[in-house]
Amino acid sequence: MTAPVALLIEDEPQIRRFVRTALEAEGWNVHETGTYKQGLIDAGTRKPDLVVVDLGLPDGDGVALIRELRGWSAVPVIVLSARAGESDKIAALDAGADDYLTKPFGVGELLARVRATVRRRRQPPGELARTFRFGSVEVDLEARTVKRGAEDVHLTPVEFRLLSLLIANAGRVLTHRHILREVWGPAGVDQPHYARVYMAHLRQKLEDDPAQPRHLLTETAVGYRLVS
Amino acid sequence: MRPPSARTACLAPVLACAAATGIAALLAPYFAPANIVMLFLLSVVLVGVRAGRGPAVVSAGLNVIAFDFFFVAPRYSFAVGDAQYLLTFAVMLVVGVVTAELTAGVRRHALLAEERAGLARVLYEFARELSGTLTRGQVAEIAERSLAATFAARVRILQAADEIVLGPALEPFSPVDKVAAQQAFDAASATDGSIPTRSSGEWLFVALRSGATARGVLGLHCARPEHLMPADSLRQLKTFATLIAIALERVHYVDVARDALIKIESERLRNSLLAALSHDLRTPLAALLGLSEAMTLTQPPMSPEQVDLARTIGAETRRLIALVNNLLDMARIQSGEVKLDLQWHSLEEVVGSALAASRAALGARRVAVDIPRDLPLVQMDAVLMERVLANLLENTGKYTPPEARVAIAARTLEREVEIAVEDDGNGIPPGQEEAVFEKFVRGTWESATPGVGLGLAICRAIVEAHHGTIRAEAGRARGARFVIQLPRGEPPEVNAA
Repeated sequence: MTAPVALLIEDEPQIRRFVRTALEAEGWNVHETGTYKQGLIDAGTRKPDLVVVDLGLPDGDGVALIRELRGWSAVPVIVLSARAGESDKIAALDAGADDYLTKPFGVGELLARVRATVRRRRQPPGELARTFRFGSVEVDLEARTVKRGAEDVHLTPVEFRLLSLLIANAGRVLTHRHILREVWGPAGVDQPHYARVYMAHLRQKLEDDPAQPRHLLTETAVGYRLVS
Repeated sequence: MRPPSARTACLAPVLACAAATGIAALLAPYFAPANIVMLFLLSVVLVGVRAGRGPAVVSAGLNVIAFDFFFVAPRYSFAVGDAQYLLTFAVMLVVGVVTAELTAGVRRHALLAEERAGLARVLYEFARELSGTLTRGQVAEIAERSLAATFAARVRILQAADEIVLGPALEPFSPVDKVAAQQAFDAASATDGSIPTRSSGEWLFVALRSGATARGVLGLHCARPEHLMPADSLRQLKTFATLIAIALERVHYVDVARDALIKIESERLRNSLLAALSHDLRTPLAALLGLSEAMTLTQPPMSPEQVDLARTIGAETRRLIALVNNLLDMARIQSGEVKLDLQWHSLEEVVGSALAASRAALGARRVAVDIPRDLPLVQMDAVLMERVLANLLENTGKYTPPEARVAIAARTLEREVEIAVEDDGNGIPPGQEEAVFEKFVRGTWESATPGVGLGLAICRAIVEAHHGTIRAEAGRARGARFVIQLPRGEPPEVNAA
């Protein structure tokens, strides 16, 4: 089996260098480029299994690159973003990025994100398992029941809809906008506090310590992520 | 038309009378006296027009005498046989006086119109000169020069230091003058519409006001006190004062606009500088962190000692990154660049994120969180408030022994939501509860711990931007306690579903 190919689009040579070292240590065949234009071309010709793209490219906007890429490719995309660039991260996720890393990040964080993204993408899309587990919680998606340990947990329809959405995208960051649109419909998009209130309900019902959640995680100012 | 001179006034009736008599003498053989008298009437009218009422009256008298003497029988005597010539005299007198009055009226009006045109021209010139001014000094200079010429008096423009006092502009004046000037200035702010004036005997002060704001006082040095100044001149002076005030106001707004422009420019410069600095500092740090960690993945494997060195480089880099972040954040907050993204958040969630972010710094310390389930949503910028809580928790990680306990509690007060972060460490040195929030200030027994003392200053800046308060106090049993209070506001409703 040939090594999977990762395309790294980043203009800072030193950051490129350590990302490459880290990915190669994991068995990736890394191809590097420093520009938006070349990045798009390489994404078409090299058929990568993973794209890691910096949002601050010298000749173009990384978000636009993702949008264009998503027009013809479902390749997993991980975004590298500057600190305090919440709106960029949201835009990248809404454009179809799978996950993001905020600079500066360590090798450990990078590899963890890469593994999680690739693992999630290997699962066949569409069909979800009937049950989903995280921690001591077991969700039966068909019977619409939730158990925490041996106890039945009652969820309201909206809470269950929110939980199902998180489960369907387990491991992935869902932006507030995405969640509001999926759970509350187009009218919900202007009510960002809805998601917060219902996430709080879910945590109170499903987490051991709602203030120190282990599964229903907050990505501050970006969205939420369910980690099993 | 000028008023007749005294010479004209004296000579005109005599000359007119002589001329009328001469011409009448030539015509007398051919015309009846009733027609001859018309010549005399004409001469009275002419004198009235040329020389005014007095000469006209004299002329009427002279003419009647001359007519009576030369042309009425018996000629060359004053014996008036016919009483009808008294009527001639009366008519001539009335015609002369009326003509003179009418002429004088026309002349007066013409004079007045000319004077007004002159004043309008002066005002126009003055306004035009003022419109070209760009500084308050120029306005004062032009005003002083023009008014000195117009009123033939010394003029001083006293510009207000601010909206309350005239300030240093008063200096050259005597105490009595100062009081009068300040009174005129104060009255301008108090009344509306009218332009107040005050006199100190030597100086007459007119307030310079435009709109509701007094911009200064105009001082006119005059021998005559205010009530002796002709109403016309006073009105004129007030018109000048209004023009000056408008010019000063315009210059004031020019200054305001220029200052705003300079401020915008310098802010833009500062922001782009900060952005560049931020990028230039963080990029190599990000590379350093990544490279130090990637080093351990290279082949052939490094010795344990080398791995340890690489880890230390990584850890030090993280500390440096935190330091740079703090410095840049402080600079950003202070430059006013930070715009709060205020939304209604669950405090529990923000505390959770802060705990997750400071997990490494907290180490093995146990954290107990007590947030009531029914705590209302709080309006805040989640990223910044997470930063505040993370800074407090990281401080706990720095300044308490590894087995310390940390408690985070929240409650609602009447108008605020209160969040307290408490530990059972060594606490804050007594008397330093306020000082710890100052920039670059640290508790006295902290010198061995890394940091420059920006964390709490950032906390305070962020909380205050939320219109909240943050204070430090001794913990209930021991240790330190930081209390944040944020306004409750009116959280939005959430439909039950």
